[in-house]
Amino acid sequence: MPEFTLWDIVRNLLLAARWTVALSFIAFLGGTVFGLLLLLMRLSGRRVLERLVGIYVQLFQGTPLLMQLFLLYFGLAVMGVNTSAWLAACVALTLYASAYLTEIWRGAVAAIPRGQWEASASLALSFGQQFRHIILPQALRIAVAPTVGFLVQVVKGTALASVIGFVELTKAGGMIANVTYEPMLTYACVAAMYFVLCFPISLYARALERKLA
Amino acid sequence: MIAVPESVAKGGPSAEPHTQVGAPILRITALRKSYGTHEVLRGIDLDVMRGEVLAIIGKSGSGKSTLLRCINGLEVFQHGSLIVDGKHLLYDNPKAMRDLRQGVGMIFQNFNLFPHLSVGRNVMLAPHLVKKRPGAENDARARQLLARVGLAEKFDAMPDKLSGGQQQRVAIARALAMDPAIMLCDEITSALDPELVGEVLRVVESLADEGMTLLMVTHEMSFARKVADRVIFMHQGLVHEIGPPAELFGAPRTPELRQFLSSLHD
Repeated sequence: MPEFTLWDIVRNLLLAARWTVALSFIAFLGGTVFGLLLLLMRLSGRRVLERLVGIYVQLFQGTPLLMQLFLLYFGLAVMGVNTSAWLAACVALTLYASAYLTEIWRGAVAAIPRGQWEASASLALSFGQQFRHIILPQALRIAVAPTVGFLVQVVKGTALASVIGFVELTKAGGMIANVTYEPMLTYACVAAMYFVLCFPISLYARALERKLA
Repeated sequence: MIAVPESVAKGGPSAEPHTQVGAPILRITALRKSYGTHEVLRGIDLDVMRGEVLAIIGKSGSGKSTLLRCINGLEVFQHGSLIVDGKHLLYDNPKAMRDLRQGVGMIFQNFNLFPHLSVGRNVMLAPHLVKKRPGAENDARARQLLARVGLAEKFDAMPDKLSGGQQQRVAIARALAMDPAIMLCDEITSALDPELVGEVLRVVESLADEGMTLLMVTHEMSFARKVADRVIFMHQGLVHEIGPPAELFGAPRTPELRQFLSSLHD
């Protein structure tokens, strides 16, 4: 039976952690783009669009991310779409992130006094110009700290992608624990790596909050 | 017999007869507005001539601010029509709304300067985006307008470094930068400390002197008496009395206006 050193464990976990980072990055980026789109739909003043986005947000906030992953992974397969665990995880986490981000940003936009909309409207700015030049720069200051804070949730959320067989940090930890018979050591390393990823982000969010307050 | 211009015969939209010289710049006809079941404006008819200065007075809740905010479409009304400088107010046409708003400046009670932009950029933003005014010209015009309101040296200052009176004067310069035909003033001195009211009113008075069409909702009765050509007393969503200031303040005809005026002296 082969012997495993601590370095063997850490090295393999680090290799898998790349996928955690990649998945977080894609989910956050996709969530940002899609979330911004949802935000504009919500601010459009069209009742139907507002309602639809509202339902979308409630749906994703009211169900476990785990179920969303399952439904997407198996649901796509049932519908005949040839999907991989990687693709399903990316899509599910993107949708999940977009629902939360759009809600965070809606709150930030709502915090901008109505007078800002009115003053810019009375200066004949179009909706797009109002949003781009007046609302967005002010809302950004409010939203940036909670947005960065949410990134931590996304990083930890990627752990759930392990259940559909995507080999990221958590899944790799499980596999290594099985082979090495060192579950405590392995999972401690896994936890430490998540912490190393998340802690600086939390610190950064808090610093931003202080700076922009 | 009036000769019919060709465009009228063709039914062109620019052919509104009241855009002719001497015709009203603002025509409000049978305007009604309600919030849910509560009717705030119950049928307003009003013509305002170019260069006229109107003061709108009345108790809070009489609909005076709402009326003002209908004129540039910040409030949606349900019945009636509103024509500014020959342009119909059309809510469902964003392009038409922007065209109309270019001709109507508004100054708010709470200034509503853009806090993330410097004073100069507050003034230059809309001409740059909407009128595509070239950079150098825009800059020069903004400096000229700021000088006019007595704030030439504040071009690079941020709004939160200014006093309320200064902020309001920047707001006036910002509105003027769009070269509006009408200026709406919605209780523009109500949020100011008493010692700052004068500096803002002096600027408004200079606008009136230069022939700007002004509609102002105000609690400054002595200012209204001095500057306004006509005063409108609003009561329960209607124009209750209208006339020259000497008449309204000197010889109010209705008990409601008499009561309103005497309540001010308490």
